Amino acid sequence: MDKGYFNLVDFRANGVPYQLFVRNADTLLHILREELGLMSVKPGCENGDCGSCTVLMDNVPVNACHMLAVEADSHHITTIEGLEDTKLQEAFIANHALQCGYCTPGFILNAHALLSHHPDADEQKINEWLESNICRCTGYQEIKEAIQTVQKELEGNG
Amino acid sequence: MTERPLSVVGHFVTRVDGYDKAYGRTKYTADVSLPETLHVQMLTSPYAHAKINHIDTSRIWDVQGVRAVVTGNDFPIRVGPLVADRMPLAVDKVRYYGEPVALVIANKPHQAKAACNKIKVSYEQLPVINSPQEAMQNESVLIHEQLNDYKLQVEGICAVPNTNIANHTKIRKGDMEKGWKNSDKIVEAEFSFSPSDHAALETRAVRAEILPDGRVMIYTSSQGPFYVKKLLSQFLKIDEGKISVQTSMLGGAFGGKGCVQLEFLAYLASKAVGGKMVRLVNSREQDMVTSPVHIGLHAKVKLGADSAGKLQAASYEFLFDGGAYSDMGAGISKAGAVDCTGPYKIDNVHCDSYCMYTNHPYATSFRGFGHPEQAFAMERTMDMLAKELAMDPLELRMINAIKPGDTTPTQVHLNASNLGDLPSCLRKLKTLTDYKETKSKITKEGKIRTIGISAFWKTSSTPPNATAGVILTFNTDGSINLNCGAVELGQGSKTVLAQILAERLQMDMKKINVTFEVSTEYDPHQWKTVASSTTYLAGRAVLAAADDIIRQLKQIGSVALRCSPDDLNVGQRLIYLKDSPEYNMKIKDVVVAYKYPNGNSVGGLVIGKGSHVVRHLTPLDPHTGFGKPGPQWTVGAQAVETEYDPKTHAYRIIKAATVLDAGKVINPALAIGQMRGGMYLGLSWASRESFSFDEQAIVCNPSFRSYDVMRIQDHPDYLVDFVETPLVDGPYGARGIGEYGVIGMAGALANSLSQASSCNINQLPIIPETIWKLTKGDKQ
Repeated sequence: MDKGYFNLVDFRANGVPYQLFVRNADTLLHILREELGLMSVKPGCENGDCGSCTVLMDNVPVNACHMLAVEADSHHITTIEGLEDTKLQEAFIANHALQCGYCTPGFILNAHALLSHHPDADEQKINEWLESNICRCTGYQEIKEAIQTVQKELEGNG
Repeated sequence: MTERPLSVVGHFVTRVDGYDKAYGRTKYTADVSLPETLHVQMLTSPYAHAKINHIDTSRIWDVQGVRAVVTGNDFPIRVGPLVADRMPLAVDKVRYYGEPVALVIANKPHQAKAACNKIKVSYEQLPVINSPQEAMQNESVLIHEQLNDYKLQVEGICAVPNTNIANHTKIRKGDMEKGWKNSDKIVEAEFSFSPSDHAALETRAVRAEILPDGRVMIYTSSQGPFYVKKLLSQFLKIDEGKISVQTSMLGGAFGGKGCVQLEFLAYLASKAVGGKMVRLVNSREQDMVTSPVHIGLHAKVKLGADSAGKLQAASYEFLFDGGAYSDMGAGISKAGAVDCTGPYKIDNVHCDSYCMYTNHPYATSFRGFGHPEQAFAMERTMDMLAKELAMDPLELRMINAIKPGDTTPTQVHLNASNLGDLPSCLRKLKTLTDYKETKSKITKEGKIRTIGISAFWKTSSTPPNATAGVILTFNTDGSINLNCGAVELGQGSKTVLAQILAERLQMDMKKINVTFEVSTEYDPHQWKTVASSTTYLAGRAVLAAADDIIRQLKQIGSVALRCSPDDLNVGQRLIYLKDSPEYNMKIKDVVVAYKYPNGNSVGGLVIGKGSHVVRHLTPLDPHTGFGKPGPQWTVGAQAVETEYDPKTHAYRIIKAATVLDAGKVINPALAIGQMRGGMYLGLSWASRESFSFDEQAIVCNPSFRSYDVMRIQDHPDYLVDFVETPLVDGPYGARGIGEYGVIGMAGALANSLSQASSCNINQLPIIPETIWKLTKGDKQ
């Protein structure tokens, strides 16, 4: 009975081209995890409320649970496995901006996009961008400090 | 002999799991996806209390890929940690909204889900119990008609047949009549809040398979893999040795992953498909209501003090909202009672603490285990008393602070080791928050800034035989593998244990590999990773194992270096003569047997073992509560500063502060992180988190869309400081600290806003509407 419910999607994930037959109802989250094995993309609510499954689509953060896999056609998807040359990971470690680590890939991807769009984001801008992501372990302050540390480093280099 | 200064303990050390987590490489339970795994979907109850007349599963086979279905009658056995009162799948009736009723197993998750929707259950609704007060008053509605026949699993839990009482703990200390007579001021108040949720970001997940020889393999997101093994063995009647439980890292837990629920269901699902590997992952909605929640409470508190403010008497009635099944709720009601007074000297104490059955989702442990809940009631009453006495709230706490020589409500004698130093915490809090007086300041915009404070204490209510163990093995390069049953749930235990080992062996942290996963097959038994007990229990086990290794190294070293073992020291990867370190040998040359130049070898493998058990704990006397519930009491003081808008009743949390007597801070960065995270969880709960129930006890907000939590723009400035009064038998003097940041937050927040709004805010969550309702015509 599933015949006719599939479609071909053609997209890149972390630079690698993929052509996959997916169910029309499959979310991007499901495909990234179960077909591509990109397990850093975390399901937290599958309702677009918690940001744990944040990925970048053409460098814009999106909730992978809120997108159908077919919508990724001809787009570039980046997960934390594909995030290179960023100081964010090191800053999250150094600032103790992670505890259980479950929300961390989502926060780092969102912050990475923020810094590439708004390198000089002030606190309000950081809040605006990251309010989509929930962390239950830290007090958020550490996460903000980690991002601000990277901002300072980038400023220093620029 | 002078003591060597500590080089690893007490120092900033990066988390051992930091890199894996920051790069997204940590695998949580649901991140492992093996071929041929089948998928389980739960069908849950749409009613909070209803008879099940009939379950028709015939239509599920219309869906492609369906492999099996399981209903309650396939396993009609009651399970539970304290009172065996819960069938894994409901039989005859459902007792809460979201209760599991059936399981469908299919090739793909979407197939299992589609098939679940085809199951027809015919229900007959029953009257609901929608609060713990109703549960106490309305005895015509019994949630468990056969409570009398249920098996009590542990000593010290008193369920009362023909009522909705799952546990009643009594504390009777001193002479109440005398206490009230000596009181010049008496205040009384009632407090209430509904159940809420832990809302760990990783929803609970489990995989299970039954191998052809009968071995049961469970992979679960649990704080107590050994406990899962114990309960499965007991209720499934399978030898413990035939059950293997494995737990990878947890994506947060907060007490909510100490329950054993999905493991039973996954086992039944695997059994239904001939033992094949099955996977069951909670949706967010299921994780919020189907799996256990954070307990609710209705409390009455009465305090009496003399004119100088010295507390003379205290009486408490706690009606905990344990929900439909007792799980750990029965234990929470006991833990709340044994520390009911908070960290204050009160000689006359009367407490009745009940865990009530209601038709709400059932409760399990939540970070603080009964303490954040009762502390909210107690700390609010303390502020009401301070107002009555026209006394500064901090001063009132200072003059009543419990000290060595005093006794707890269950009459444990406190000393300078088993009790932290509250007066020092209060003094430091004053400096930290620039606390002058609690009178409110008005800002230019007409908003009111106020500091509210609270004090707290807690002991770890462990079973009297709670244990942890450690095994140390060497690699041939002299680096060490540390195996231990402590689960990493974000708290940093793996790092702290490695630090303790590095300190004792005078070794580089980088030479210690801590196993992240826990397996009941190859790790030594550990009770659970709960109750802020891991640094103490497993930390002591690490020290014992390190000493075991040192003894072995010295023994082999004495042969090779031709001296007495007593002449030797171990450290810096060497075994060396104390007085002439130039006589030394590398540890790596000893750990897989020492080889003489002529090829002869001695020694064999060096393997260290160590364990620790809590000591001298006793069950409580059922009539007076007399007994020793835990090993030591960690204390602390907290403050919250808010800015309240009297026009809209909206407020911002500006600052939150904690000063904790940690005994010894093993890792300052992790300890500060624990305090900040604890404050966050406490503030988020107190300021917005709560389930809202309709008249039929249906949870109306089981998702992050409607269940509000604090987000990044809401965080206050966190201030953290420590006092260090060593616990003599703690590792390097350390006390448990994991849960403590949560405990006083609700009280401090409510005290701050009560003062700002001039009304008594004695209910949670404190949303602007709460204050608006209280200020409307209810001014003091």
